[in-house]
Amino acid sequence: METYYHPKDLAHFADMGKGNPALWEKFMAYYGAVFAAGALSEREKSLIALAVAHAVQCPYCIDAYTQASLEKGSNLEEMTEAVHVACAIRGGASLVHGVQMRNVATKISM
Amino acid sequence: MPVLSRSLKARGEALSSAAEQVRVLQSREGFPRFEETMARTSSGPLAATGLDVLQINVGKLCNQTCRHCHVDAGPDRTESMTRETAEMCMAALARSDIGTVDITGGAPELNPSFRYLVAESKRLGRQVMDRCNLSVLLLPSQADLAAFLARHAVEIVASLPSIAPAQTDAQRGAGVFQKSIGALRLLNGLGYGREGSGLVLNLVTNPVGAFLPPAQGSQEDRFRQRLAADHGVVFNRLYTITNMPISRFLEFLLESGNYEGYMRRLVDAFNPAAARSVMCRTMLSVGWDGRLYDCDFNQMLELPLMPGMPAHVRDFDPASLRARRIVTGNHCYGCTAGAGSSCGGAIT
Repeated sequence: METYYHPKDLAHFADMGKGNPALWEKFMAYYGAVFAAGALSEREKSLIALAVAHAVQCPYCIDAYTQASLEKGSNLEEMTEAVHVACAIRGGASLVHGVQMRNVATKISM
Repeated sequence: MPVLSRSLKARGEALSSAAEQVRVLQSREGFPRFEETMARTSSGPLAATGLDVLQINVGKLCNQTCRHCHVDAGPDRTESMTRETAEMCMAALARSDIGTVDITGGAPELNPSFRYLVAESKRLGRQVMDRCNLSVLLLPSQADLAAFLARHAVEIVASLPSIAPAQTDAQRGAGVFQKSIGALRLLNGLGYGREGSGLVLNLVTNPVGAFLPPAQGSQEDRFRQRLAADHGVVFNRLYTITNMPISRFLEFLLESGNYEGYMRRLVDAFNPAAARSVMCRTMLSVGWDGRLYDCDFNQMLELPLMPGMPAHVRDFDPASLRARRIVTGNHCYGCTAGAGSSCGGAIT
């Protein structure tokens, strides 16, 4: 069945470098540096990436960072909590805009 | 996926045959053969550089039926080293300068000659390691086992895949995590894992699934912190070991549709530095029937030593064995991926 997303396309990510190798190389150098151990461990960064992957709903990223989180030593309990963090922030982001709704409603209501 | 209660062999599965496993490993398209990768990276062919460890697999009997077991061990297996073969192993040890005897299985402690092997190896002045599944220490028939191991200062290499009970039980069977913690407390009570005791307790973690193990150092820190805080358990070192695509882990890979992806992961993570340090270069593996192999994985795939080498421990000849060529196959990608993998954990 034809779909927009194909799991095998993840392995072709590097093809994006063909259009502009210089930008691709800068991006990958930056990407690699971001995920290297620093003040945060590689395992912690993978969990953050997993949560963000769910927030931006990227199936490629979810695939990649589920595997990466397991390979960095996280377990399903920790990964589930990371997804809930993404869920809470997404939900909270909607809810906090309710203040805007209330401001507008207050302004135009009697 | 549930933990199995019976071995491949007891279930009559085709994959219980070593020849069938080799056929699967060598016939899949899309991967370069291990020997080609070794040649391309100027890493091969593999040859031994010494003979430091004699790994004795005393048989396939085990009180657990772990999902990833490359031995296809379990309570229904009966293959077991005889006293006569055990004595041949000790005679071979006596005429060599091998420093370490590494006893494995199955649950090696269930072999009637296990304690003879330990005591005789110690009498010969060699270091002894016991690859222990932990729960065996709690069996009523093994009530004096932990004290025996402590008395002989046997180094214990114990399996504990995860600090998460659900992950450990998913790989090793329901309730195994709690039993493992109980056994670790028993060992700690005897001084194992405690500084200054001289009793070494190392843990082994295998991934609970079709992925590579984490970095050994950071995972050791997490295990140390969590086991101490949550369970009051201490240990010396943590070894991370890659699951080999052999026997029941191969069955899991094929049944779950993970075979291609896992092999691709291993091949893509090939590390020439790991290939230079693989354990087969300094060890010799003996099967329950006395036959000789380059490693425990070759033993399970029934891949004997190179032609011209002694085939059986009765013909043990350290001079020829310490510089032998090593038999390889696509399963060897398991030991050369990422940080590499050995019975002593990561190798780079």
